[in-house]
Amino acid sequence: MQIMLNGDSSDVPDGLNVEGLLAHLEIPLRKVAVERNLEIVPKSRYADTLLQAEDRIEIVHFIGGG
Amino acid sequence: MPDDGKSISEADTLRVAGREFNSRLIIGTGKYESYAQNADALRASGAEIITVAVRRVNLTNPDEPMLVDHISPDDYTFLPNTAGCFTGEDAVRTLRLAREAGGWDLVKLEVLSDPKHLYPDMAETLRAAEMLIKDGFQVMVYCSDDPVYAKKLEEIGCCAIMPLGAPIGSGLGIQNPVNIRLIVEEAKVPVIVDAGVGTASDAAIAMELGCDGVLMNTAIAEAKEPVRMARAMKHAVIAGREAYLAGRMPKKKYADPSSPLAGLI
Repeated sequence: MQIMLNGDSSDVPDGLNVEGLLAHLEIPLRKVAVERNLEIVPKSRYADTLLQAEDRIEIVHFIGGG
Repeated sequence: MPDDGKSISEADTLRVAGREFNSRLIIGTGKYESYAQNADALRASGAEIITVAVRRVNLTNPDEPMLVDHISPDDYTFLPNTAGCFTGEDAVRTLRLAREAGGWDLVKLEVLSDPKHLYPDMAETLRAAEMLIKDGFQVMVYCSDDPVYAKKLEEIGCCAIMPLGAPIGSGLGIQNPVNIRLIVEEAKVPVIVDAGVGTASDAAIAMELGCDGVLMNTAIAEAKEPVRMARAMKHAVIAGREAYLAGRMPKKKYADPSSPLAGLI
């Protein structure tokens, strides 16, 4: 299915939850935060938050800044 | 008795939002050659708080170096910023993500305006601060050196007031010491000069004005030797603070000999 992932259209397997998405992208779950359709997804909800087609997902982390 | 260099700074801590820090220097983590150099500069500076930005993970290169691999949030207090946010809504969204990523509610709010001078948009800063405080954040706020706005930010509950010394990244030093001093005299929360410091004497001047701390990024990151400059800034902040606490001598119009005139041969 197609989702918007960090601003770009992306094809991901159907039936994926947030935990599965991060594993699919090989992103360490501990170091990031995830937003789905402008709502924070708490880490405790990664496993039971199922993605839907057209979802807008943002995955962020800390980088250098002033 | 010889000064061990620690006795005063240990007793004289920076207290922000119920937290206590030995160092009054806060440093940024932008513009360094590498995160490794950044980590070395951080150690040399003695800083205990660092500012960080929140950005999208680079999905095309998951092996890209990550800040947290070089500077651990277990060792330092991360102060997530809102750089790049132009509205209160953007700031709240960004810092909610930061809170989820790290679990911290102590944040640095900055709502900028024109990219040419990067002056804060104070009306929007005030609105964003109110939104964040309502959402449970402890807000250290970047602001102009306007004592009226500084007071308003304190009154709505910001835990530290952080006026600019000069535009971000300019290295021009403290341009308006009169205003900084006015803000210090009026504030009951810590006042931290944020932005504008170019070299060690600028940091010392900020501290001599009675500020509680100094936040800087470019002055260290863009020095020819960032690690050495980080060490210089550590000493400057301590020197300025000590001079402020010691109380400077009055300025006089004419000379006053240091050696007694009595008993001259």
